[in-house]
Amino acid sequence: MAMGVAGAAVLALAGSPAIAGKADNSLVWATDREVNVPLPYFENVREMVVMSRMVWDTLLYRDPKTFEYRPQLATDYKWVDNVTIEMNLQKGVKFHNGQSFSADDVVETFNQVSSPDSGVLSKRNVSWIKNAEKLGDYKIRINLVKPFPAALEFLSGPLAILPKGIWDKAKTDAKGKKDYGTIPPIGTGPYKMSKVVTGERIEMTANKDYWDGPKGKPSIEKVVFRTVPDPETQVAEILTGSLDWIWDVPKDKAEDLAKTGTLTVKNVPTMRVSYITMDHAGRSGKKDNPWTKLKVRQAVAHAIDREAIAKNLVGGASSVIHSACYPTQVGCTQDVPQYKYDPAKAKKLLAEAGYPNGFKSDIYAYRQREYTEAVMGFLAKVGIKTNLKYMQYKALRGIVWDGKAPFHHMTWGSSSMNDVSAITSHFFKHTRDDYCRDPDVKKWLDVGDTSTDPEVRKDSYKKALTRIQENLCWLPMFTYAKYYAWTKDLDFTPTPDEIPRFFTAKWK
Amino acid sequence: MLIYSLKRLGIAVLVAIAVSLITFSLLRLSGDPAAALAGESATQEDIEYVRKQYGLDRSLPVQYLDWAVKALQGDLGVSIYLKQPVIEVIKERAPVTMKLGGIALTFALLLSIPLGVLAAMRPNTIFDRAALTLAVFGQALPSFFFALILIVIFGVQLRWLPITGNASWQNYIMPAIALGYYATPAIMRLTRAGMMDVLASDYVRTARAKGLRPKVVLFKHALRNAVIPVVSVSAVQLGFMLGGSVVIETIFAINGLGRFAWQSIQRSDFQAMQAIVLTFAIFYVLATYFADLLNAFLDPRIRVTG
Repeated sequence: MAMGVAGAAVLALAGSPAIAGKADNSLVWATDREVNVPLPYFENVREMVVMSRMVWDTLLYRDPKTFEYRPQLATDYKWVDNVTIEMNLQKGVKFHNGQSFSADDVVETFNQVSSPDSGVLSKRNVSWIKNAEKLGDYKIRINLVKPFPAALEFLSGPLAILPKGIWDKAKTDAKGKKDYGTIPPIGTGPYKMSKVVTGERIEMTANKDYWDGPKGKPSIEKVVFRTVPDPETQVAEILTGSLDWIWDVPKDKAEDLAKTGTLTVKNVPTMRVSYITMDHAGRSGKKDNPWTKLKVRQAVAHAIDREAIAKNLVGGASSVIHSACYPTQVGCTQDVPQYKYDPAKAKKLLAEAGYPNGFKSDIYAYRQREYTEAVMGFLAKVGIKTNLKYMQYKALRGIVWDGKAPFHHMTWGSSSMNDVSAITSHFFKHTRDDYCRDPDVKKWLDVGDTSTDPEVRKDSYKKALTRIQENLCWLPMFTYAKYYAWTKDLDFTPTPDEIPRFFTAKWK
Repeated sequence: MLIYSLKRLGIAVLVAIAVSLITFSLLRLSGDPAAALAGESATQEDIEYVRKQYGLDRSLPVQYLDWAVKALQGDLGVSIYLKQPVIEVIKERAPVTMKLGGIALTFALLLSIPLGVLAAMRPNTIFDRAALTLAVFGQALPSFFFALILIVIFGVQLRWLPITGNASWQNYIMPAIALGYYATPAIMRLTRAGMMDVLASDYVRTARAKGLRPKVVLFKHALRNAVIPVVSVSAVQLGFMLGGSVVIETIFAINGLGRFAWQSIQRSDFQAMQAIVLTFAIFYVLATYFADLLNAFLDPRIRVTG
């Protein structure tokens, strides 16, 4: 009913333009989450990932279209051996406080964030760094803890460069320890952070002295991030022009907003994938465990019409995946055994497995309940009757880790890392998420994770991904897509890594 | 009066302690706080390290006593996500919620009491039925839905009022109405019933027989007695509003304590949750305490028998 009311308002307002942002060359964007610490390393919500790219630069720049690594604060890189990278640095770049950028800033940043008491939230982002050394004013060396080819992904992603000396400005917490999450937000990026109201808004102004880098000079003068928790309220605000840009718009509202004619509404792919895990390794310890039988797992793969779920429930930009990775990720291939929707074949396989009348099972899930319910519907048609155990992510994660969820439907975003090591290696190297426990797969993934030769990596990962699909302990389902809505006068291009680049946006 | 107030204060303190004890136990029994604190990518070693660091490996009674002693000294712990002492966050956000609750209750009283009085003066007429319908509608309508209706009409279509934030007094109008409307039927019906009782009583008949003006009879004699149960109910409704503020603050993006409570729950920020529940409990208990005092002032009999 609430949706109908909002829908009525949307249609009633068709034709009322919202031009406030264009008039003063500002952009206001909102999501439902808060950003409490306006710094990279110490705040890991998606919104801060977005603002990190605006206020800070990284050594390398990952092209949003081609996913290639291009120079940014580093002009080049060289793998000296598989645990050492050397880089020359950009000259003539200044931080927002006027300090000149040089090797000292990179060395201090990396040594600080990789130290054990740094307080960095996502240890995975920095735990591969042993230390950094200065080789000259504009030359550095990074020493790795162990071979880690995904280093380039991290050097172009979360590893923002902060000015030297900034760490001394950290406040001391109640326990007498330095809290690095209190340092001032200073970077070299196209935007400067000008005002932070915790939990409410973060304002950024264009850096007029931004150097000539791959991000380009910013066009929009002021970008404001606001927290508006309720999706209905976000819709109301974008209709009145108080907001210029929102995302994660529910499908039905997105369709209504598209009819107003004043907004651009797009369904954009994301790097999040949906998957189903089946207990091939028998971790749940149950006596008659149907999931340990290959033919049962194959039956499930043939029983579910993944294409129908992707197109009808998720959105036009969602697509079915056949491999345990996101298609653009380094090392990912869709050239693996694929399973077509064929319910008759599914029933036949179940009968061959000893379940001519199907069987009952619990299915665990934690988000987009309607997707799991669609899966349950398809399974019921071939005789697999499922009982949904729907719960909060943290609760389900514990059950999965304990091996007590033999059949679960979950998702993984890879933290937008464009490398197979961020997903396949996470799930199939015999850790607590691994319901396959295949020793060959682990061996192949270890080779891929530690080699810096792209061909060796590609080949190893292909072997692992092929075996995973032969065994079907994972049924890759589809990619997630989300709806974005922005004012029509805004020239903005969304990207599948879920990192909106407001520094390239401009008013038409 | 003094003994009565001290008695009531004692009960208030016991209620606050009981609430804090129950919350403390429930928070620790409903999941592993160490895992929540350590975060998503934590290893088992990380979780054990956090457990030791925060004293979560001690027995529950010891943890509770430690927390209680610190709380009495104003140390309610540190919010994991905001990296600030919880007491500072509460000091920042509580005034916003209290302001919202206060305005909402004022709106509810300004609407319900006159409606209740007028309905009592014209019982079983079309006016009475209309007033009752208006009031019951407020209870039947979920507050989040009513809030959205207000946004669509006054924010989107008419553009008379700002929709989100708490920058100016205009920002409080829609949220206060959405929050306060829910309390209208209870207060209105109680006022109406109380007034009808009082208006039929002997002393009011005597007051009229003495030739007192209707306004004096109504306000000085009748309303003062009819409003006693309303005072108690208003305190309870204020308590509900503090709870209801979670939804309203989220819809209107108001940075108050209700929204902070919701965020703390989502993030398993258990130190913040413990402190917020205690804060709400104290507000509630204080509201009912002052309501009891006000009632005792209005009706001296309560001081003796209470």
